[in-house]
Amino acid sequence: MFAEFLQYLFSGVTTGAIYALVALGFTLVYNASHVINFAQGEFIMIGGMATLSLLGMGVPMPLAIGLAILLAAVLGALLHQLAIAPARQADVVTLIIITIGASIFLRGLAQVIWGKEYHALPSFSEQESIEVMGAVMYTQSLWILGVTTLLVLALALFFTRTLVGKAILATSMNRQAARLMGVRIQFVVMLAFTLAAILGAVAGAVASPITLTSYDIGIMLGLKGFVAAAIGGLGSGVGAVVGGLLLGIAEAMTAGYISSDYKDAVAFLLILVILLFMPRGLFGSRVAERV
Amino acid sequence: MHAVPSQNDPVEPDEEKGRRAGADLAVLSLSKAFGGVHAVEDLTFHIRAGAIHAVIGPNGAGKTTLFNLITGLYQPDRGEVLLDGQPIQGMAPERLARRGMSRTFQNLQVCMNMSAVENVMLGRHLHLKRNFLAALLRWPSLRRSEQACREKARELLRFVGCEAYLEAEASAMPYGALKRLEIARALATEPGILLLDEPAAGLNSAETAALERLVVRIADQGVTVVLVEHDMKLVMAISHQVLVLDYGRKLAEGTPEEVRHNPDVIAAYLGG
Amino acid sequence: MRLSVPSKIPGLPVLAIVLLLVPIVLNDEFYLDIATQVALIAATVVGLNLLVGYAGQVSLGHAAFFALGAYGSAILTGTYGWTPVPALLCAALLVATLAWLVGRPILRLKGHYLSMATLGLGIIIAIIINNEGWLTGGPDGIPVAPFSVMGFELSIFDEYQVLGMTVSGALAWYALAGVLLLLAVWIAQNLIDSPIGRALRAVRGSEVAARVVGVDTSHYKLLIFVISAVYASLMGSFFAHYTGFITPQLATFEHSIELITIVVLGGMGSTYGVIIGAVLLLLLPQLLTDFHEYEMMMFGLILMLTMIFMPRGLLPTLSGLLQRSWPRRVRSSGQED
Ligand SMILES: Nc1ncnc2c1ncn2[C@@H]1O[C@H](COP(=O)(O)OP(=O)(O)O)[C@@H](O)[C@H]1O
Ligand SMILES: [Mg+2]
Repeated sequence: MFAEFLQYLFSGVTTGAIYALVALGFTLVYNASHVINFAQGEFIMIGGMATLSLLGMGVPMPLAIGLAILLAAVLGALLHQLAIAPARQADVVTLIIITIGASIFLRGLAQVIWGKEYHALPSFSEQESIEVMGAVMYTQSLWILGVTTLLVLALALFFTRTLVGKAILATSMNRQAARLMGVRIQFVVMLAFTLAAILGAVAGAVASPITLTSYDIGIMLGLKGFVAAAIGGLGSGVGAVVGGLLLGIAEAMTAGYISSDYKDAVAFLLILVILLFMPRGLFGSRVAERV
Repeated sequence: MHAVPSQNDPVEPDEEKGRRAGADLAVLSLSKAFGGVHAVEDLTFHIRAGAIHAVIGPNGAGKTTLFNLITGLYQPDRGEVLLDGQPIQGMAPERLARRGMSRTFQNLQVCMNMSAVENVMLGRHLHLKRNFLAALLRWPSLRRSEQACREKARELLRFVGCEAYLEAEASAMPYGALKRLEIARALATEPGILLLDEPAAGLNSAETAALERLVVRIADQGVTVVLVEHDMKLVMAISHQVLVLDYGRKLAEGTPEEVRHNPDVIAAYLGG
Repeated sequence: MRLSVPSKIPGLPVLAIVLLLVPIVLNDEFYLDIATQVALIAATVVGLNLLVGYAGQVSLGHAAFFALGAYGSAILTGTYGWTPVPALLCAALLVATLAWLVGRPILRLKGHYLSMATLGLGIIIAIIINNEGWLTGGPDGIPVAPFSVMGFELSIFDEYQVLGMTVSGALAWYALAGVLLLLAVWIAQNLIDSPIGRALRAVRGSEVAARVVGVDTSHYKLLIFVISAVYASLMGSFFAHYTGFITPQLATFEHSIELITIVVLGGMGSTYGVIIGAVLLLLLPQLLTDFHEYEMMMFGLILMLTMIFMPRGLLPTLSGLLQRSWPRRVRSSGQED
């Protein structure tokens, strides 16, 4: 009984950590620019697929991952410079469609380069799994949790200790004031896109030994990350992490105890229920709208 | 505490047919806080039907918040608002409109996706047939009522001095004209009480003079006017009563003459 | 600026003429098939545009209503043996009820939260359709009986005698779809030109302004949500009868995105714009098939570039350009309709 529960919990926390990373990417971009970047999921795909093909060329794993992340970072910056920045004045829905166009483009590109097959990366550690109180835990899960924890801490430090981080925060709180204080808004937004792409790529690289990867995994992972971010209340970093973990665990429990057919529905049911009772998510600000 | 206002306050007889008689408004111990900021605190006052009642005070004094509370955009934390003796606090704006409350906004709220005339026609919403089937099938009676509505809207645009913009898109109009457009839209509802939030802000002196005449003409038709305004010349010239707010509280109240000589007001305005 | 073609041009007759010209110029089964599908989808997005373009409420889950209409018709005619017309009306009624029930809480949400909720709703419906195979046939899909009215069957495989002429089933279906599109546009335009339409546009323009003059904005948002869902459901039903076979693909997030993309691409708040959007977006893949594996990439790229350079959509941008070159003539038009 308990072992079973523990098993589901391990798997939930693992996927939850991935969702948290993706959700943090959404949150970063949303805070800096109020854009929902539907292409966020594609960076997960790029992180996994690029690592894979570099490994195939004989590049050692750590370097392969580093290069994949670099590639995603460049693409993230380009996405902002070429597609988002020229259309800043556009309607929110228009911006959504632009990011969707970008995601279709990236997916199409991936399909041309890497084909349509599913692939798995090798596990980072030699030993694939360990046993904890009767439940099996993949060592890759530990990698995922470790990397997520490190990244979350790094982000926290970045936002509280560095000038650039503070500039991003200031921009998210009050664009006008930040501009007056000399923050270069467009640079900050580009940085947010780049960081979000990096987060996505890291998630993709550490997750693919477990989740497999292919040119089209970005859609669902991206949507789930978006749900996690919205559960947390779009724009809250803590909310994104909590939302991600909550979602991962809820999915694993549903798949385990109720029906694996409806595993994917959990995210969307959860977001509907949460929004009904908390129209701004768990951690969203509750200010009265000004007129 | 003020008593509930009596119903026999003088109400000017209503000349123009169809327009309702000016409404009177009482605010009792009204409070609203945002986090730690007491935007409106324990505020009590009474506005006589048909009067021009000014609300003044420095920026951030809570004037707009007061309007938002009265017109149902914000929920008060405590206190009551009575319209013609009926409690209305917390009632949704669309319901208050049916009771003859109308307003304009400090930060323009004009539908930029519509023409000037359409914005005013929107104000006629409650006076129009809104039968769904008639709309779907483009019933001839609906056509006629729309045509009449359009005429009425054009008339109102002329009334507020927007005759130059009868054919204009709202997005192509200058700021001063948009402010008057908002007044025309509010008048289109045939209000008993009209709340104007800084109508003269951003207007030049000729436009302000025109606005002054406009407000007087509106009041002459029996509409109660509540006026938030920084232009003291305008306020002193046309108001019957002035309420002075400071940090959400009542600092003074009285005729323009009384307020002008009130030592607290002088201190607040000169002392900063 | 008004987001429509200069109002001197009578849209409906022009649309009718274009619809008439298509089979004359391209009388070929292949083109008629595409044209029929385009017309049905165009009618769907004319409804969606009422919600998104006029009332400013984004739905990222509208394909679900389309699919529910399709499956409603398929199941009622297939499993329960109803005739198509009562079936599609009943399906539309069910969809309207569903939209009304979920619309009430969902439409209180604003901006991205509303997008999120409609997206969630759409995906949940898609998953249900996919999983409940006993009713829906599951991922493999189900066949749908041909459309028929009072025993008269309309099938693309038949031929019909009309006034002594032989009309292919494909042409007959195209005619039906064309009439449906004209009806859809006529009703949408009637609604837009009424006080209800004005109230809807005001919801997008300034919701507070609408409320303080007495517009019950939540009522109108709900109304238009239900109407646009019914549009989708009815067209979904016809689409199901037309194609004769449906799969859960109809309900997917991708299909919802396709619908909203058509609206934004063609021009939010422009009925004829979204029809052009439907034509282009659905023809694009046909044109890109020559690019084989690059098709998806090209599609994404074109979508991105169009939206970057024409953020207001094709028709509003183009008619904006026209207005700039002939300001006089356009200014003096208006108010007649
Ligand atoms: N929606 C709101 N959320 C938070 N604070 C608000 C809000 N509306 C007003 N305030 C605060 O309430 C105080 C009064 O503001 P306001 O009523 O706009 O003043 P005025 O109109 O007199 O300039 C200010 O300190 C303002 O910052
Ligand atoms: Mg104010």
